[in-house]
Amino acid sequence: MLKKRIIPCLDVKNGRTVKGINFVNIRDAGDPVELGALYAEQGADELVFLDITATNDGRKTFKELVKDIAKHLNIPFTVGGGISNVEDVAPLLYAGADKVSVNSAAVRRPELIDELVQEFGSQCIVVAIDARMVDGQWLVHTHGGSKPTEKELFSWAEEVEQRGAGEILFTSMDHDGTRQGFAVEALKEMSERLSIPIIASGGAGVMEHFNDAFTVGQADAALAASIFHFKEIGIPELKNYLKQKNIAIR
Amino acid sequence: MKTVIIKYNAGNTQSVIYALERLGITPVLTSNFEEIQSADKVIFPGVGEASSTMRHLQELGLDRLIPTLQQPVLGICLGMQLMCDHSEENDTQCMGVFNISVKKFRSKKGEKVPHMGWNNLTPKNSGWISQNVVDRHMYFVHSYYVPVIEETVATCDYILPFSAALQKNNFYATQFHPEKSGKQGEQIIKNFIEL
Repeated sequence: MLKKRIIPCLDVKNGRTVKGINFVNIRDAGDPVELGALYAEQGADELVFLDITATNDGRKTFKELVKDIAKHLNIPFTVGGGISNVEDVAPLLYAGADKVSVNSAAVRRPELIDELVQEFGSQCIVVAIDARMVDGQWLVHTHGGSKPTEKELFSWAEEVEQRGAGEILFTSMDHDGTRQGFAVEALKEMSERLSIPIIASGGAGVMEHFNDAFTVGQADAALAASIFHFKEIGIPELKNYLKQKNIAIR
Repeated sequence: MKTVIIKYNAGNTQSVIYALERLGITPVLTSNFEEIQSADKVIFPGVGEASSTMRHLQELGLDRLIPTLQQPVLGICLGMQLMCDHSEENDTQCMGVFNISVKKFRSKKGEKVPHMGWNNLTPKNSGWISQNVVDRHMYFVHSYYVPVIEETVATCDYILPFSAALQKNNFYATQFHPEKSGKQGEQIIKNFIEL
């Protein structure tokens, strides 16, 4: 049986792992190489590394850091931040990334998804979507959540699927950093409308929230950052808890 | 002992190199025919799309070389699929080591495509695929699958039972990524290296 995945996310800025509250007020959470290796050993099912400043600063993802993290990892590794064309991806794969995640560039030019899929295959392409509720409607935001767009979340998610993306990483900016739980209703709607895997992100505070994301939200994976980085929830402890709740967990 | 990883444009080559390095092996990454032919073990990794990857292999002549190799060859993920006759992915003619056509998963309610994540391996016999492998969770990520055939040495069940690993003479292959399947995956690579 396919297992639900627990994914620690390393938001990296200037070579350090950071985590913001509602995407601002970033604080330092440690060395990403050290954290990545620790999570793999503890039973994380996958690791995501996002260069959160890459788009804003026009910077490319720091490949050396990707390499250092990958060397110590025997689990899948997704890298994102600042990918805007096909040429950006091959160097990341050669540095040790298994998948890449695109966000702003895909919103700006959706054909990018088709191009990436054609060159690298669906399974390699994760589309990250940041959204927030505005006047009762989920609207997609770009550039680390700083720029609102006119795209509606669910129709954009469907388009992303049709263009061949292998997976969606959905972050609710309304929930991110609040520790009040994932956006389970939005996750549920997305899961019902799409047939590609969905990673829930934003809002994890306690272990019950992961259970809710998998049961109510029907997510395939759940991602969190600060609660793992600051050792508030241990991955082995979380996985044991979910097993007891009869969630399929490795 | 010389372990060669076949170099071509698309592939998660680096992950395989790092996995071997964690096992204390320094592989050679090359597309040079003589280097490949003189290796003790050859690994043919793969992440990508079938038709563009076959094109890259054809440009380098590797599509003709690989089926003629005599030493143990391990195809991983797309590498395994390209060792079959044909793939439904953009109707691609492949290398034909395994006499079977690669098919696309048809998504069913609650079973998404790609098949992405950790799933159980069911070995059909003992040997490189199961020796000293305690936890049989392996990491899969694929939208196309190889049906169960005579050469299937391990199956996995997702939407339907499919080939998780194949073996025919000196050709070995896994649909999952042993280099990304934790300690158990590393054990399978070790088993292959020690053949």
